[in-house]
Parts: sequence; C-alpha cells; structure tokens
Amino acid sequence: MVQLNLPKNSKVTEGRTWAYPTGARDVREYKIYRWSPDDGKNPRIDTYYVDCGDCGPMVLDALIWIKNNIDPTLTFRRSCREGVCGSCAMNIDGSNTLACTKHAGDVSSSAVKIYPLPHQPVVKDLVPDLTNFYAQYASIEPWLHTKSPTPEKEWKQSHEDRVKLDGLYECILCACCSTSCPSYWWNSERFLGPAALLQASRWIDDSRDEEKGERLDKLEDPFRLYRCHTIMNCAKACPKGLNPAKAIAGIKRKMVDRQV
Amino acid sequence: MSGNGKDMRTPLGRVAGLGSAHSGTGHFWWQRLTAVANVPLTIAFVVILVSLFGRNQAAAQQILGTPVVAIIMLLFIASITYHMRLGMQVVIEDYVHGEIIRPLLIMANTFFTIAVGLAAGYGILKLSFGV
Repeated sequence: MVQLNLPKNSKVTEGRTWAYPTGARDVREYKIYRWSPDDGKNPRIDTYYVDCGDCGPMVLDALIWIKNNIDPTLTFRRSCREGVCGSCAMNIDGSNTLACTKHAGDVSSSAVKIYPLPHQPVVKDLVPDLTNFYAQYASIEPWLHTKSPTPEKEWKQSHEDRVKLDGLYECILCACCSTSCPSYWWNSERFLGPAALLQASRWIDDSRDEEKGERLDKLEDPFRLYRCHTIMNCAKACPKGLNPAKAIAGIKRKMVDRQV
Repeated sequence: MSGNGKDMRTPLGRVAGLGSAHSGTGHFWWQRLTAVANVPLTIAFVVILVSLFGRNQAAAQQILGTPVVAIIMLLFIASITYHMRLGMQVVIEDYVHGEIIRPLLIMANTFFTIAVGLAAGYGILKLSFGV
C-alpha cells in the first residue's frame, strides 16, 4: 500500500536556531530542512535569521547569504541564478519552485520554509537524488528519430510546425512538476511523470520526427502514461509557466486517434 | 533508487522494467465512453425511480414491464457497473503496490462488479416479466 506515514528515520525534528545578525534592521526568518547522511540522525529544521539589507531579494540570495555568513555546511544546488538551469528547484513555502526566481517578498508567512523536492531520496539538506527522474527522461529518447536519408543540409520544418513546439521546448528539467504530482509520488518507479511525458510530447509533436508511432507504442501503458489523472499540480508548480497536463492530454488524444 | 545497495541494475534498466504493456488506451476510452453514457442514463434512472415512489409492487411491475423502461434500466446497470469497475481498478493501481494483493484486488473488483450487475439485472428482468 501507499505509505502515508514517514519512516522512523525520516521524521523531522526541531533543529538549531542560529544567531540573530547584529545591527541588522530588516531581518527575515528562514526555516530550512537539514539532513546529513554522515551522522545517522533524523532530519531537522534549522532556523536562520537573514539580514535582508545585506542580501539580494530572491530566496536563493538568502540561501547563499546564509552559506556565506552563518553556516557553510548548508547544502543546496544552484548555478545560473536566473531560472534557466533548473538546479535550485526546491519546496519553498509549500510549493515546488526555483529558489532563484522566487521573490522572498512573495512568501506571505512570516518565516520562509524551505524543504527539498518532495518524495525523492535526499542526498544532503536541499539536494534530492534525481537519478530515477533523469533515467526516465533518457528513456523517452529525447532526440530526433528519422529513417529517411539524412538531407545534405538541415531537416526542414515549416514555421507553423515549429510553433507547435512552443510550450514544450522551454522545459528546463528542474523536476518541480514531477515531484509535485501525487501519481508520481505513489508510482514513480513506473509512471514516467509530467516532465518526461512533456518531453515525450515535444518529440511526438515535432514534424521532423519519423517515429511517432514507435514513441506512442512505448508510452502506451497503464503505468507509464495512464497514471496521469489530470490533477494539474504539474501546471501549477512549473516555474516556466508550462502545462505538462495539457501535453499529456495531447498524448492520450493521439493514442485514441490512432484507434478510433 | 540509486541509494538501494541490493539493486545493482542501471537506472535506465530499472525505468525500462518489463517494457510497455501496449495497452491502457482501451481502458481510458471505455471510462470516457461509459461516463458519457451515464449522463442520460442516470437522469432516466432518477426519473424512473421517482415514478416508482409510493407505488405497490403491481404498479412497479407495470412500469418496469414497459420494454423501453426495462431496457433503459438494464443499460443503466451495464454502463454504471462497468464504469465502476474501471474507476475502482484505477484506484487499486494507484494505491496498492503488492505484487500479490494488487492482482487479487483487481480480480475481486471484477467479481464484485459482475455479481452486482447480474443481481441488479436479474431483479429488473424478474419485475419486468412479472415472474
């Protein structure tokens, strides 16, 4: 059965409250999930006070400020700091999003609560293990499949057909959508999840691809595709404003179209 | 997951699993087809049900003895029970993960649906023919 209670070693405990910054006027409280694989202890929530006058406006700025000024052991992924790389995806104020594009001012509660992406194994602190997620992406073979002889120049595509890829190609694979999906929580070993299915749709909808049928064949499965029940958490979570649920509905429609 | 020391398959091998079942679209299509059928059939069922209120068995038999009424009732039972089976199967597949318990529950779900459907159908036919 689905496990509704956290296992004993995952129960979150009260953690350390770190020092209040001296001389700061504008201070924001941050409550952050901490877990280390090295000490054998349960996860804990540490409380930090960030001097907003000394740090940028985004949640990622605050995390970097904490790492530089209070606690260098705080572990998280980040790279581009502008919503392009997808590295800093985490659960902020109850929603999966990118720390770099989340304005701390948009968090209504007094404390900014930060957890790793839900329902994934944790490597350390805010770093989830996305091995399965990436393997699912690889499994949809995200590249052009063709059988015709390769043209001398490029594979051509009309402007109209290119427009069909808008809303699909922008995905940065941050995993915010898949890890917000209850169907993915319960069946992530078999359900491909919104991100991988949106990417599958990106190639099925590509006018240059010559293996749409084979792609649909691989997806036609009660678990790989049909675990999606249009819950729409994916579309709500996507920090790029994409709609994976709509892309998945498009795949289901094509499945029916080729039978009915 | 990658942290599981006992499982030495590659991540791609784990995701590939036993491959695609090449099915599921039939289930998806029939769920919608019966959903569409359930809209007029449920309205008709409620109308028939209301018309049966406060009547004795002879009057009920007279209403259900009308072929159109009896056929609508039988169609309603067929559509609603099949829809119920499809929906419950989704719930089982979502939440029950045991390799033995899941097929057992899917089996029980089918048995229950057939039993309920046949019992209801038998009742309607019995009243309809006034046996």
